[in-house]
Amino acid sequence: MTGAGWQVSKHSARRLKKRYRRERWLKALGVLAITVALGVLVLLLGSVIARGYPAFVKTEIALEVNFKAELIDPGQPGGGRYGRIIRNALFAAFPDVRERAERRRLLKLISRGARFELRRMVESDPELVGTVKKVWLTASSDVDMLTKGSLPRDVPQDERRLSDRQLTWLDSLDAAENVRTRFNWQFFFGSDSREPELAGIGGALAGSFWTLAITLILAFPLGVGAAIYLQEFAPKNRLTDFIEVNINNLAAVPSIVFGLLGLAIFIQLFELPRSTAIVGGLTLMLMTLPTIIIATRAALAAVPPSIREAAHGVGASPLQVVTHHVLPLAMPGIMTGTIIGMARALGETAPLLMIGMVAFIVDIPAAPFDSATALPVQIFLWADSPERGFTEKMSAAIIVLLAFLIIMNALAVYLRRRFEIRW
Amino acid sequence: MAMTMTTMAATETASGPAGHVPPSKMEVSGLDVFYGANQALFDVDMNVAENRVSALIGPSGCGKSTFLRCLNRMNDIIEGCKVSGNVLLDGNDIYARELDVVQLRARVGMVFQKPNPFPKSIYDNVAYGPRIHGLAENAGELDEIVENSLRRAGLFEEVAERMSASGTSLSGGQQQRLCIARAIAISPEVILMDEPCSALDPIATAKVEELIDALKQDFTIAIVTHNMQQAARVSQYTAFFHLGKLVEFGETEAIFTNPEEKRTQDYITGRFG
Repeated sequence: MTGAGWQVSKHSARRLKKRYRRERWLKALGVLAITVALGVLVLLLGSVIARGYPAFVKTEIALEVNFKAELIDPGQPGGGRYGRIIRNALFAAFPDVRERAERRRLLKLISRGARFELRRMVESDPELVGTVKKVWLTASSDVDMLTKGSLPRDVPQDERRLSDRQLTWLDSLDAAENVRTRFNWQFFFGSDSREPELAGIGGALAGSFWTLAITLILAFPLGVGAAIYLQEFAPKNRLTDFIEVNINNLAAVPSIVFGLLGLAIFIQLFELPRSTAIVGGLTLMLMTLPTIIIATRAALAAVPPSIREAAHGVGASPLQVVTHHVLPLAMPGIMTGTIIGMARALGETAPLLMIGMVAFIVDIPAAPFDSATALPVQIFLWADSPERGFTEKMSAAIIVLLAFLIIMNALAVYLRRRFEIRW
Repeated sequence: MAMTMTTMAATETASGPAGHVPPSKMEVSGLDVFYGANQALFDVDMNVAENRVSALIGPSGCGKSTFLRCLNRMNDIIEGCKVSGNVLLDGNDIYARELDVVQLRARVGMVFQKPNPFPKSIYDNVAYGPRIHGLAENAGELDEIVENSLRRAGLFEEVAERMSASGTSLSGGQQQRLCIARAIAISPEVILMDEPCSALDPIATAKVEELIDALKQDFTIAIVTHNMQQAARVSQYTAFFHLGKLVEFGETEAIFTNPEEKRTQDYITGRFG
């Protein structure tokens, strides 16, 4: 090899060009893939948010309410005839509406739950009885969606939920500044309802909370303990190999199968109450265990052997090696795995359907043994409802669920970055 | 607790180099080691002299590290490792059923090839051993043990001002001396060193070598090294391993100036290995 070598020949220049071209192709494909993925994500989030955000505000209508003493017994405000009171207030506001059918349409402007709002007001302040007061009441779902622009108003009457008459009444209320929109606290703290304008995710959030609390309390110690034993202490033989293979398989079992298992074991065998967070938590615990075990074993295995040797070398017992050195170093990985497992459990619907957490439940569960539903199941229920008003509730609930998932995953990333130890 | 303390001193008749024979701290005979189906050591007989430095030399894969790790049963934690033969510490079989391996490792400490301080503070690195063995009655005593150990490891002056800094923040040479301080903090009888200087620069190496020389007053030391000069400088006895067999063992001076085996001579003079 003398003189100018092959490195500067024409042939090699051509080859080099070809190599660079391949690299450019690969990069372009990668960028394309990411762009498509991001585009789909933006589309998904955009449509969910666009549909869901109106649910965070609600429409209210003000009426002059006459808390007549003959309709409310001051000693027993719970038994007052509040429906009658609202009717009277509406008819007083529109005295020219006389016909029976028209009057029924007029009533449809106000939510059917408004009477409970009045009852709560009187119960907390019995002094109201016998007075006349301007009260803001929740509007019906149709009014609500129309004011927020979710339903069109410039279409023929028979394509609308509200008639021309109803629109005129609404406009006259609006003109007198008796219609307003407010932040919808009830959506976050209320529970499910048959009326879309009253429905909230409070009950579902509480149900998800109890369910996940049970899952975490059981799955974390069990999973970490099992992983420590399998990784650090168990002998390597056919039995432990078999167990390992099965744990890996369990992680891939469809979640609905865990639901059936939960139904068979916890409800039929142990006779725990159906539809409760305790059964939901136990079932999701079964589903989350393999995830936590696998993540913990990976985190333990990633601790460098030199640390174990150092600890053994100064005479630490095997348990001390694990508790003093290996486990603390593996903790960030364990936490990350656990949080990701919990996030999966939070979004899980199918197994909860199997154990009956899909019922319509109006009370907010206060303990794990109360009947409950969970956030994803609530979404499923609302998606199934024919009323238009539930569509925006569903989208809003999805936004809340996604927000929780993002927070949990961000926490996992943060923990990993914060406590990662570098050698 | 002191299950092996009551026995006699090591026998003087143990095979070893000629001349004045110091007592043997550890006696190894007929040692075979298998990793799964592979035999790593074949019928090794060797004694480790008390308060002396014994160097183990030989080409890579010759079994010298394996031999070293048999002396404190570090091979126990390796999957599929099988050891047969006799390893005596002060005349007691360390592979005996009733011997407690945790106690053994407190008596036979170890320093590893790659400095491996715990990812804890410098203080906690040294204090860890005394703490788990309950060697200090109170915090003052523990401070004293830590300071003494660091001093003897020649590190105290350098880290006195930052005892709470992470052990992993030190330089490689400092880390290795920290590991030595950690090993001597529990006052072992024997210290095993597995190529302690292979990751260090010449200056750090010189410091560790000085340290080894000073430590042999109080400890019995066995050291694996790839560096012929190091073996010649720090050790009084040298064992040459080749292909899992102990080829030659004797006083360092004799091995380096007048080896009996041709393979030993070839290795020392750099003709193979």
